[in-house]
Amino acid sequence: MITEMLETAAPLVIPFMIFVVFIYAHIKKVDIFEIFVEGAKDGFMMAIKLIPYLVGIYVAVGIFRESGAIDILVGLFSPILSIIKAPTEVLFLSIVRSLSGPAALGMLLEIFDKYGPDSFIGRLGSTLIGSTDTTFYIIAVYFGSVGIRNPRYSIPVGLFADFASFVASVYIVRKLFL
Amino acid sequence: MNYVFSFLILSGIFVAAINGRVDVIVNAAVTSAEGAVERAISLIAVISLWLGIARVAEKAGLIDIMSRAIAPFFRWLFPSIPKGHPALGCILMNLSANMLGFGSAATPFGLKAMQELQTLNEKPDTATEAMCTFLAINTSSVTIVPATLVALRASAGSKNPSEIVGAVLFATACSTLAAIVGDYVMRVINHKK
Repeated sequence: MITEMLETAAPLVIPFMIFVVFIYAHIKKVDIFEIFVEGAKDGFMMAIKLIPYLVGIYVAVGIFRESGAIDILVGLFSPILSIIKAPTEVLFLSIVRSLSGPAALGMLLEIFDKYGPDSFIGRLGSTLIGSTDTTFYIIAVYFGSVGIRNPRYSIPVGLFADFASFVASVYIVRKLFL
Repeated sequence: MNYVFSFLILSGIFVAAINGRVDVIVNAAVTSAEGAVERAISLIAVISLWLGIARVAEKAGLIDIMSRAIAPFFRWLFPSIPKGHPALGCILMNLSANMLGFGSAATPFGLKAMQELQTLNEKPDTATEAMCTFLAINTSSVTIVPATLVALRASAGSKNPSEIVGAVLFATACSTLAAIVGDYVMRVINHKK
């Protein structure tokens, strides 16, 4: 019931938000177009400033993935996996997820093609992607955009949350669909 | 970040050397760099669009209204941000966009929030506690409507693309809770030092 409502509402939320903003801005007599362009200009500068950070993180992840180093990392974790009965592919997906969003989506699509979206591994992968975000990417980009070099404890906390979502996903998908 | 960055690159090259596939390194690096720039270029469009709309909302006073409404909850999560500071509004906008599953709309607000948080930072190269809390909640992704995901499942031929929504809600609640608790524990430990 609730999920059906959410699905119907989802595509309407953003247009509704924009609608409210514009109506309210009119009431408040804001110079809408002028202000919009000003904000968009900021956005342009921001995206340009991001390029070096994106290049850094993408290159590091690309090298790590293509060299096969990521496979070794997955191998190290496989004993833990057999304890919680999770397929290796999904751990791989979860590691990539914390490094690169587009790469993780690509990998999820591969899993869909290979096993089908309604298989156990397809559902588990979906849940995992839906419940976490790209930890390293966000930390690099957000901190990079304001010149912060010392992220303090945010990386361990982010990884801890990723781990929690991994365990929770395996648990809930087994419970709901097996 | 220094360590993570070096670890990824050094271990990558090391493993490739052992496997006798050093040739893939340069290729991977160049392709990834190109991918990064393409990504940034495509970000110009969404970031400009959303920051334009956000600026209109801000000038009209909508962000003020919202940040006042959620102030009590955020006071508890972000004790170091002064009341009514614009950072609170940006964090709110970022988390709302995230919750609705619109990752591309969330990023500009998140970056704006970081800029605002930086104005409160006494050591500009070191993250503040509020920044760490914000990132912890942000990276654990509080998704309520995984719109992109449902669309992807549908396009892959799922019989019931949205059947995972309940599972996602459960998993995301667990990870966000873990992030908040983890962040809180780290904050307390840091204060004791």
